[in-house]
Amino acid sequence: MPEAPELEKYAAHAMEDIEQGTSLWRDAWHRLQKNKLALFGGGFILLLALACFLSPFLGIQSYEEQNLTLGATPPSAEHWLGTDLLGRDLMARILYGGRISLSVGLAATAVSLLIGVIYGTLAGFLGGKTDALMMRFVDILYALPFTILVILLMVIFERSLLLLFMAIGAVEWLTMARIVRGQVLTLRRQEFIEAAEALGLRKRRIVFRHLIPNVLGVIIVYATLTVPSVMLLEAFLSFLGFGVQAPMSSWGTLINDGAKAMEEYPWLLLFPASFFSLTLFSLNFFGDGLRDALDPRASKD
Amino acid sequence: MLRFILRRILQAIPVLIIIATLTFFMVRLAPGKPFDAEKATTPEIRARLEAHYGLDKPLLQQYFSYMGNLVKGDFGPSFKYANRSVNELIAASFPVSLELGAYAMCIALMLGLLAGVIASLKPNSPTDYVPMSMAMVGICLPTFVMGPLLILVFGLTLGWFNTSGWFFPSDRVLPALTLGGYYAAYTARLARGGMLEIMHQDFIRTARAKGASEKRVVLRHALKGGLLPVVSFIGPAIAGLVSGSFVVEMIFQIPGLGRYFVTSALNRDYAMVMGTVIFFAVLILVMNLIVDIVLVWLNPKLRFD
Repeated sequence: MPEAPELEKYAAHAMEDIEQGTSLWRDAWHRLQKNKLALFGGGFILLLALACFLSPFLGIQSYEEQNLTLGATPPSAEHWLGTDLLGRDLMARILYGGRISLSVGLAATAVSLLIGVIYGTLAGFLGGKTDALMMRFVDILYALPFTILVILLMVIFERSLLLLFMAIGAVEWLTMARIVRGQVLTLRRQEFIEAAEALGLRKRRIVFRHLIPNVLGVIIVYATLTVPSVMLLEAFLSFLGFGVQAPMSSWGTLINDGAKAMEEYPWLLLFPASFFSLTLFSLNFFGDGLRDALDPRASKD
Repeated sequence: MLRFILRRILQAIPVLIIIATLTFFMVRLAPGKPFDAEKATTPEIRARLEAHYGLDKPLLQQYFSYMGNLVKGDFGPSFKYANRSVNELIAASFPVSLELGAYAMCIALMLGLLAGVIASLKPNSPTDYVPMSMAMVGICLPTFVMGPLLILVFGLTLGWFNTSGWFFPSDRVLPALTLGGYYAAYTARLARGGMLEIMHQDFIRTARAKGASEKRVVLRHALKGGLLPVVSFIGPAIAGLVSGSFVVEMIFQIPGLGRYFVTSALNRDYAMVMGTVIFFAVLILVMNLIVDIVLVWLNPKLRFD
């Protein structure tokens, strides 16, 4: 049995420990730092995004400046990644296409996030018959051949970037709604929510202080994983000629152009294709790493 | 079981009606008429064409006659290929797509299962890392990157295969690899995950304790349960193979339904587009139903409900 002063010391020590307990986010950051592939993925995406969005201000050659006498040339000191059939600098075109592809990826993910999170939270929170009905509707939509409907939409209406965002976002929200609803359902049954209710906290405080921060991790993870699947869908549409229209170009159209000219000028295919694949690769690894890091059930180490 | 199938079919009917209605009105209310793009049409010819296809009638009447024909399985005449019905075009091109899809599915399942199961036997060893890194690369190479790359390497550089066409048995190799590769990679990941989870279960330990050989444990006890995630992936995979076939058939110039769909969409042959969309929807719904039945058959814990 320790003496009384010592007990106090223990108590003070314990208090300190509680106060210095690491937050969910700091924990996640520590875990993420150990995952080298995820860090590489995140770093690559960051660099790429910076290069793509800052390229208009860097003073490199414009993506549309033609030089017909030059034609298609392999990589050289002046044009690092070579030039295309019209003598346009491939590097500038890839960075410009990346800007479109990344923008579509982010914007359509935002659309799907907005619909999916609101829908999923509502379904999970209301529960009962409303929930059953809402999720049945999602199930039915899941069965639709959506890629085909998006193609139909792009064929029928005037093709614009806005329509592309909306169409892709309208497809991708389903998974998000399912995941968020599942999370809200399990969280609502957990003891700490019950405890918060027993303490007499107001509903709004429970939702914002206790529910949202716990769902946030999952939302961030799936948003990160939605971006590559959106970019894939955009590139798929653009490759077939249903997406981004000339004179704009995305990575999908660049790969399509490259595939047509690969017999004589293989670099026109290889460079855009590797940028695209590397981006998908990085986003997927970063998303997976985030999931491992943010999963509250993962053990502390 | 029979009730389950019947109920699923009953559920599928409203879905199909929704799809048909949606596509019908999207197409009819779109800006621009189907024959606007024809260069040499005078207003008289266009009026005759529209009368021929019933486009001059009130919208609702058109809708009901289209739906009436649809119930009989008649998709109507094509707007672009004169004197050919959408049914004929689908009947001519779908077998090609089916063949391609079947090869791709075989590649996906055989390659994917083999790689996934091998990787799961010794986790975190070279026999795990090598196939799984290859799977990760496969997932990041979509069909429209993989196809041109395969052509570049095996068609143009090595000259082993034709770069396009659908004439000889060897012409099947590159398209099937392109289409199946992505799903092989995904299958491998799912199979590995499923097997790893099963191998930790009590009944596997029991089997080992009773002296079953490792081969018997894997093949007789673990495989059936471990492959459940793969089976549930087959449904979405088939839907993906359908849209993947658009790209692959365009790249390799294969006269299948996917290429017809893309070209008719680019040409605004609305009758053909609508027919194909509904056809694909039926196909995907039927395949999903089959997958669900197999899933319950494999996993008695699930019931038909």
